[in-house]
Formats: sequence, structure tokens, C-alpha cells
Amino acid sequence: MAREIPYIAAIGEAIHQEMERDDTVLYFGQNLATHDDDPFLQAFGSDRVRVTPISETAEIGMAIGAAFAGYRPVVQLYMAEFMLVAMDQVVNEAPRFHYMTGGQVKVPIVLQAGYGFTAGWAGQHTGSIYGMFLGVPGLKVAVPSTPADAKGLMTASIRDDNPVVFFHHYLLTLEHGDVPEGEHVVPLGEAAVPREGTDVTIVAIGWMVGKALAAAEQLAAEGVSAEVIDPRTLVPLDTATILDSVEKTGRLVVVDQSTRHGSAAAVIAAEVASEGFSSLRAPIELVTALDATIPYSEPMEAYLLPDEAKIVGAVQKVLGFAPVAA
Amino acid sequence: MSEHGLDNERLIWMFTQMLRIREFEERVKRTFEEHPGVMRGHTHLADGAEASIVGSVAALRPDDQLLTTYRCHGYPLVLGTDPKAMMAEIYGRETGLCKGYGGSMHLTDVERGFLGTSGIVGQGIPHATGAAYAAQIRGKSQVVLSFFGDGASKQGAFHESLNIASLWKLPIVFVMENNSYNVVTRVEQEDANAAAGEPLAVKAQAYSMPGITVDGGDPVAVYGQVSAAVERARSGDGPTLVESTVYRLSAHGNIIAPPGVPLHFPEHEAIEIFGAPEEYEAAKRGDPVPRFRARLVTDGTLSAEEADEIAEAARVEMEEAVAFGLESPFPAPESAVNYVYA
Repeated sequence: MAREIPYIAAIGEAIHQEMERDDTVLYFGQNLATHDDDPFLQAFGSDRVRVTPISETAEIGMAIGAAFAGYRPVVQLYMAEFMLVAMDQVVNEAPRFHYMTGGQVKVPIVLQAGYGFTAGWAGQHTGSIYGMFLGVPGLKVAVPSTPADAKGLMTASIRDDNPVVFFHHYLLTLEHGDVPEGEHVVPLGEAAVPREGTDVTIVAIGWMVGKALAAAEQLAAEGVSAEVIDPRTLVPLDTATILDSVEKTGRLVVVDQSTRHGSAAAVIAAEVASEGFSSLRAPIELVTALDATIPYSEPMEAYLLPDEAKIVGAVQKVLGFAPVAA
Repeated sequence: MSEHGLDNERLIWMFTQMLRIREFEERVKRTFEEHPGVMRGHTHLADGAEASIVGSVAALRPDDQLLTTYRCHGYPLVLGTDPKAMMAEIYGRETGLCKGYGGSMHLTDVERGFLGTSGIVGQGIPHATGAAYAAQIRGKSQVVLSFFGDGASKQGAFHESLNIASLWKLPIVFVMENNSYNVVTRVEQEDANAAAGEPLAVKAQAYSMPGITVDGGDPVAVYGQVSAAVERARSGDGPTLVESTVYRLSAHGNIIAPPGVPLHFPEHEAIEIFGAPEEYEAAKRGDPVPRFRARLVTDGTLSAEEADEIAEAARVEMEEAVAFGLESPFPAPESAVNYVYA
């Protein structure tokens, strides 16, 4: 049975249920379970739930070591940028060991990282940095856009035998949605198609999915039928669903909150240009943040980010009847 | 001799392991000259650290675990890993310990508790700390040894790990093999404690754990200190930092050269960089392998003939490892895309 709960509660529910199901799942991080009445601490005890110092290298490195020894740690990192302090562990340790040991060890860890907090957090706590992790064979990357997917993808991430960076969007934290109560698994590597259409394919990532759906609604009033695809995971990337859609629509707009160069949007565009070129009836449009650090002041922040109007403009451009809005 | 409860059989076993490591590393070094092109990339040898390695690993129970640095050839030999599989790995063969995916810097033998080796300085220390956290949860009184060099103690990963290990009283012993050099930088050029004339073990004080310094050229002394630290960890009293002073008898690693230039081991940095051959000669005179042999022969634990027989057996064993490696097939090129994901 489904009931409405917030996105962040859905993530917590997935972790809680997996910890109940599997004794080897651990949960630790900064400022976590500091009081005896913490529900995770009460349910699972201080062996499996622990507050750590502000030591990202040790937190992530220890998750890797505990994984070598048979456990499945979930590290609560709060902000995605805090992972950058421990970039070696994320990029050059966790995803390397299964390979370098010829399959002797596995590293089933989940790095829970919030991103995209474009609500006045200025330059260092607002990045949509998932693109940095796409060129790292061995890592998986999840970017849920709904409460139900947040639960299902977290469950799948914990059960996966590989390191997964689980990017949850800070501006979705309190968004409510229907979430199944019991076990709910969304397999990594399966895109969702939250809106079907025939004129244009809009692939949108994370927070951008909601914006793309709103843009599609607006476009429908103009007689444009837009299909919206949410990849849900960027690694593995469900290119088949995207290519099938482009084959049908002939037009592609990719919407990504991150800056354009080296972005997930650019990777998706390259896949379609390479594998689906003959389906395309117009150049691919990318709607991304402008290549700048996120500013503090609200009008400047809004100027940099993709929004509904920019998505509508890009769709109109690929359909050939209007220039893109600035 | 029964120091630290070591009987003659155990002492002879320790001597045998030291010789096996020395012979293995000799063969690796010699491969560069005798079989040019067989080994690729960078290789780091443990000659000079045999006593420290054997004394430390001897303190473990079979179900204990360890993680090391990229200077990793010695430990698995003591654990019982087949040197044939090790040499084949270093030669990039399909029969290698890691099937040719890891090479010299990433030897791993999970079955024997050797969980992995990071090639990045200091970054394996939190892995070992995490394995110790796992051991604490599992509750079977297992202990983890974390091996690293003096250079690694300048990394944040070292400090973060020691803090948590002490805070959580994790069953881990941090074994710092201080060989006085970070590649070509002397320890007093980069370490505030060393520059102040203090042992590096004083770093333990910052994390409220015992820190001790031991002569890493004496396997019995190392065994005594590491055993005490292991027992402390096992009984739930938390970690210890053991600084084991060693002198590596080869350079940091083989020469880094573009293809076309034959790979080889240069002279030790004391000679090559610092023009201090007397330092190196003194270290050679204190070489732990002949030093331990002399001690065992002098006190009657072993006869000279028996010592020669052990040396000869080690030579034969490691020559067979070389032959096995050379004869082994390379992996199929297309296997390069296996093991990307589990």
C-alpha cells in the first residue's frame, strides 16, 4: 500500500527497512544518531549506527574497509561537496578494488549525498556535481526525482554489490509523494517515462524532472506533445529507453542542473548523436546551468539555472518555430 | 631461546620466512635484468624490512586480517600465499594472484586475510580501520594490522583513522615502517617530530593511544611489541601505533622510464641523491637477514648447515616461482572488461 510521505522520509525508510532485513547493513556519518532516542540507534544499536567525526576520508575509507570485511555500509555525507574532501576514496579507491583484485573483493557501499541546494547557499554548497562521477568505471550513480524512486533506488543501491553514489536533491527534501509501504526496489539502470509524447523527447535529471513536466504541460496547451524521461540512474544509463523515444519523436532536449561542460547532459547528447543520429530531425538542445559558480544573490542564481521557460524555449527551437529564450 | 614465548621451531620458521622474502625480492629485482620487458610499471621491494614484516605477521591469529601499502610482496609470503601466483601476478599473467589485473602494487589474498593494498600513500589506513570496525561488530575478537610507511603519517587519512580508532577502541594495530625516506625526501625534511629529534611514535599521543618505537631489524623485538599491541587490541583496549625502524636496502622503486629505456633499480637514495654511501654501508652491515642468522647459529638454535639448507630451499622455491611466471599465459585481452562491476 502506498501513502504520501516526503522524499527524505522515503530515503530513511529504505535504509531502515534494509537494516531490518540484513544485519550487515551499517549506517554512519557526521551528526547522526547523537542522542539515545534516535530511532536508528534504538532499532539497531551503536554497533551498526554511529556518529563519526568530520573526517570524510576516514568515513568513506572505513566504509570500503568494512565492505572488504563483508559489511554493506551507508555513509551519510549530507552535502555532496563534502565528498570532494575525500575524492581519492570515492574515485580512486572504492571503484578500483573489485577490478584490481581480479574479483576477490566487493565494495558494496552507498554514499548518501545531497546536492543542488540552490536556495541561497552560494558557491560551495549548491553544486550538481554528479557529472564528475560518470567517467569512473566501477561506480554507480543514482539521482532520484520522486519520493517513491528515492526509496526504491536507495533499496537497490544498498543491495547492489558495487559502490553507489546516491545523490538526493535538497530542494526535493520535503516534497511529498506516494511511496509503497513495504519492500520497494527500483532497479539501477531503468529509466522512468513520467509523461509520454510524440513530438519531442525531454530527458531531465533529478530536480529538473519536475521542471520538465511543468514545461511539457505548458507545451501541451500549445499543441506540442512532449515525452519526459527521467534516467533515475546516470550509471548505469538506460540509453535504450532514450534512443527508443528519440526514434519516435526525432527531437531531443536534455535538461541538467549542472554546468554544461563535462555534464551528464553532454554524455546523454553524445550517446544519442552517436547511436541515434539517423532518428534526429533537429540538433540536440542542452538546457543546463551556465558555466559559473552559483552566486548568492537570488536574481543572479535564477539567471544561471535551467527553468521552465528555458525548457519551453529549447523545445520550441528543436521544433523550429521560435528562438530560445535567453 | 624462549623470549616472548617463541620456541626454536617458531624462530626457525621466522628465519625461513625472512629468507623467502629476501629471495623473492632478489628474483623480482633480477627479473629486470635477466628478463627485460617482463615486468611493467613500478615495483617496490621489501628487502631490509623482512624482520619487521615477519615479526609483525607472526603476532597474528589465522583469522586476523591485514592491509598494506604498495610495497606489498613480503606479507603474503608469510601468510602462506603461493609465490608462484605472486610472481605470475607481477609478470602480468593469467595465473597471477589477481589474474593480472593488479600487478606488483595491488597483491591481495582475501582467503588468507590479506584484504587489499591501495597504491595511494596513506589511503589504505582507513580501509584497515574499517575492517577493524567490522571485526569489532562481528565480535569474534579478530584484530587487523595496518601497515604503512613514515611518509603516510603526513596524510590526513592517517590522522583521521587514528582518531576514530582510538575513539571507538577498534581492534587494530598501526604498524608504521619508518625507513627514513619518502621516495627521495628524508624524514627530517618533512616530519616535524623527526626534525625535532623525536621518534615518529609520539604522534600516538595526540590520539591518546600508546606509541612505541621498535628496532625493525630484530624480528623477535618486533614480535614482542606487536604481540603486546595485538593482545591489547584483542582485549578491547584499542589501538597502538608501533613505529618499526627499518632501512630499505633497495631504492624506493625501480627507475621510472618511458618505454624503450630498460627498467632497473637505481642505487639507494643515500648514495644516489645524498652522497652518503657510508649510511648505506652501515645499513648493509646491519642487514637483518644475516644478523638473525648469526644470532640463531650463535645461540645454537640452528646449525650453519641447517641455515644453508633453508636458504637453498628458499632459492629453489623462488626460482620455481620465476619459471612458473615466465611460462604462464597472458590473460585474454578481452578479459580487460571483466570485474568492472561485481
